[in-house]
Amino acid sequence: MTTLLNQYKTVKPEDVKTWFKAAKTSDFPVDGGACVLYNDLQVAVYNFNRRREWYASQNLCPHKKQMILSRGMIGSTGDEPKVACPFHKKTFSLKSGKNLNGDECDLATYPVKIENGYVYIGFAE
Amino acid sequence: MKKVIVIGNGMVGYKFCEKLHKADQNSRFSISVYGEEHLPAYDRVHLSEYFTKQSADSLLLASKEWYEEKNIELITGTMVTRIDRENKKIVTHKGTEAHYDILVLATGSVPFVPTISGTDKKGVFVYRTIEDLENIIQFGKEVKSAAVLGGGLLGLEAAKAAFDMGLETHVIEFASRLIPRQLDANGARVLQHELEKLGLTIHLNKSTREISGNGRLDALTFTDNSKLDVDMLIISCGIRPRDELAQKSGLKTGERGGVIVNDLMQTSDPHIFAIGEVALHNNMIYGLVAPGYEMADVVVKQLAGEDKKEFNGFDMSTKLKLIGVEVASFGDALAESSPHRPIIWQDALSGIYKRINISEDGSQLLGGMLVGDAGDYNQLLQITKNNLTLPPNPEDLILGKRAETDAHEGISLPDNAQVCSCEDISKGDIVEAIKAGGLEKLEQVKAVTKACTGCGACTPMVKDIMNDCHKAMGKTVKQTICEHFSYTRQELLDIIKVKKIKSYDDLLNAYGKGDGCEVCKPVIASILASTWNELIVNQDTIQDTNDRFLANIQKGGSYSVVPRIPGGEITPDKLIVIGMVAKKYELYTKITGGQRIDLFGARVDQLPDIWEELINAGFESGHAYGKALRTVKSCVGSSWCRYGLHDSVSFAIRVEERYRGLRAPHKLKSAVSGCRRECAEAQSKDFGIIATEIGWNLYVCGNGGANPQHAVLLAGDLDDETCIKYIDRFLMLYIKTAEPLNRTATWLNKLPGGIDYLKDVVINDSLGIAKQLEQEMQFMIDTYKCEWKEVVNNPSLRARFKHFVNSEETDSNLHYEVVRDQKVPAAWG
Repeated sequence: MTTLLNQYKTVKPEDVKTWFKAAKTSDFPVDGGACVLYNDLQVAVYNFNRRREWYASQNLCPHKKQMILSRGMIGSTGDEPKVACPFHKKTFSLKSGKNLNGDECDLATYPVKIENGYVYIGFAE
Repeated sequence: MKKVIVIGNGMVGYKFCEKLHKADQNSRFSISVYGEEHLPAYDRVHLSEYFTKQSADSLLLASKEWYEEKNIELITGTMVTRIDRENKKIVTHKGTEAHYDILVLATGSVPFVPTISGTDKKGVFVYRTIEDLENIIQFGKEVKSAAVLGGGLLGLEAAKAAFDMGLETHVIEFASRLIPRQLDANGARVLQHELEKLGLTIHLNKSTREISGNGRLDALTFTDNSKLDVDMLIISCGIRPRDELAQKSGLKTGERGGVIVNDLMQTSDPHIFAIGEVALHNNMIYGLVAPGYEMADVVVKQLAGEDKKEFNGFDMSTKLKLIGVEVASFGDALAESSPHRPIIWQDALSGIYKRINISEDGSQLLGGMLVGDAGDYNQLLQITKNNLTLPPNPEDLILGKRAETDAHEGISLPDNAQVCSCEDISKGDIVEAIKAGGLEKLEQVKAVTKACTGCGACTPMVKDIMNDCHKAMGKTVKQTICEHFSYTRQELLDIIKVKKIKSYDDLLNAYGKGDGCEVCKPVIASILASTWNELIVNQDTIQDTNDRFLANIQKGGSYSVVPRIPGGEITPDKLIVIGMVAKKYELYTKITGGQRIDLFGARVDQLPDIWEELINAGFESGHAYGKALRTVKSCVGSSWCRYGLHDSVSFAIRVEERYRGLRAPHKLKSAVSGCRRECAEAQSKDFGIIATEIGWNLYVCGNGGANPQHAVLLAGDLDDETCIKYIDRFLMLYIKTAEPLNRTATWLNKLPGGIDYLKDVVINDSLGIAKQLEQEMQFMIDTYKCEWKEVVNNPSLRARFKHFVNSEETDSNLHYEVVRDQKVPAAWG
């Protein structure tokens, strides 16, 4: 299980080597998430329509190792955009992946770009 | 930069690193920590959880990345073998050397193993490290029985572990009672009785002479010549400080072990400190984690040049759950040497024993113990530690609330009262943090002060302190939903109704701020559903995952499906359909507590297909996923039962079909019993109906769950129509006025005027709203639609039920095992 977790590493915008064309923007629910399969990776993509922003993180909840975060509710605390894990309501920053309820277990995040109505996710390999 | 080396990466060693890093604002220290085990420091206090979770990760206090991030050098799997005090360096078993300016010994302890012949036999274990546990688990799989040598706190922890593995479990104690350092003879007897009821065997006054067996133990022989056949032995007879390194290096140690330290935790070498279980302070070894943390704090404060702090001994009060039985002891629990007057209360029926020791002049609480119910622990501990004035009848302290009172635990405490003993946080610290930071939420108080983050026992007290503090600051303590709406649920419901608002976004734009969150979204989704009764999946991303996918999420991320079976009555044909569907989709099936059948293990993409088949056979959604009406149980009533007074099944079906799909602040359960024998358990429901000779008795506001509460009689001997009318009014009133996630019982407990007021509103229409409530309920009944039917017949809604947005593949992370011929999810991480 830990190895599963290790597959997910944050990709910074400057390190992107591959832009993976995931799906049409309209395939993603408004102000919610959906899961994208990229090779063996499950990436949760969030269409934060209210803020006109898109985010991506690992779909794996780092706490109980469940493939679930794309089904979490999104929102904000202060100005920080966040997602809540459906299992135990731990919340994570969509910007940094940081666990907002404690020090441990942050999420890996990925850059997202929108071109011609399609959602692209950035990977480092 | 000064070099600090910590030997020992246990709980106290870790806490020292954390505290020093936090205090070292100007990076004056570089820290290295050496651990013998391969894992970084883990939570030994909750070691027995490893048995249930089987994962070391969840016990880790911090990951390796944490040490990296904080620039703390972590060297695990390495033993320090020598301290060269002259040259201020340490040498490891690998031959590496390192220089130090400050050395901190946090080497902890090892289990004490008494000299009995046979301790080297196979099957004999100690209980200390994760490795020990792994060995115990491995060995335990092949055997039937286990004995634990030692009936102290740790011994009972070990016994729990063995017991949880399904082994026949024996506890062997040398003294004449269990946990002799914390409990007196009567208290220990109550505890023993409770443990025996669970199936443990306790042997007292037993001194073990020999562990026998051919290579592998098979029996214990005691000095009284009695014998116990057993397959496994866990030794838990206390601890011995790991002071061998200190001894070898010429530091002063105690006769019976431990590195001698002064009040500043300095050893006989002023550059070397000792903290935690290895430190011998005033001839005392502290085998608990809290005093260890306190010692770490004393050293950190010195190094950081903050106000000098001394270690002056530590209160050994403790509260814990031993194999499901709460036990606490505080202050001078046994009061063996001080003159005192004990007050003792014992309830043999419930297995409760409470004792408090009052000073001879009756003015002070010296200490005491609680077995079976430790709910009074915090209050008693505070009174003891702060010498608070006792009430005129001190027995009130343990006899519980005999009169209604809403006294808070926190309010009368002095500022220096310690509230959180894990992190040593006083009431003053909390109040100061709330005032300085303008903290408004418990979560914020936890994050800033770290209170409640250890064992969590102080949470209710911290909440009370926060509320009192807010009141004292003149802040209105308003139960607003979250940071995005400064309204109560009831106010939002009124706004939504009066302004005819039908979507979450419209409400947020007009009456809220920010982007919403996981708290306000489902609350408002629920209000919208309770007001307009529109299809909830039209606004799917404001729903909790259960409501979003109209099914109950389970471990592993699969869902369960519950078709409605009104009143629990089902034809054989329909039973067969459920069986066929379960078989076709390989679902685990189980009868629920509410007379229905739950089908587990459906993938999200299978849900619409499963429901299509169920709907074609005449089923509808059971709303098991919603904060909504769940089930109306029934007994067979007068149609079959020789005692039945009325047809409870027909009435239950009528009630269930009337309120099906009704969304509320929390789930709603009901039942109808055909006579006062009450086989349907209606008095444990949000609304329950029991037949009388001439009609129905209507009970309301009961529930099971964590805090069971009996329903109370709202009205008696009602005819069918009046009974329904009262339920309409009652439910609508609850829906409109309750706080989010409050069941009807909690709602009633908070309702000013209580049940008398409720009767007045529902029966006598004292507010003049009865007609309106009935109309609102009629609207809900008229607009009811089965949500699953809507989804199954709508291709665009159906399309949302898939795991990947860009692939038809299914989640490869779903894993199952087979137990009793059915699948169950693999244990989670």
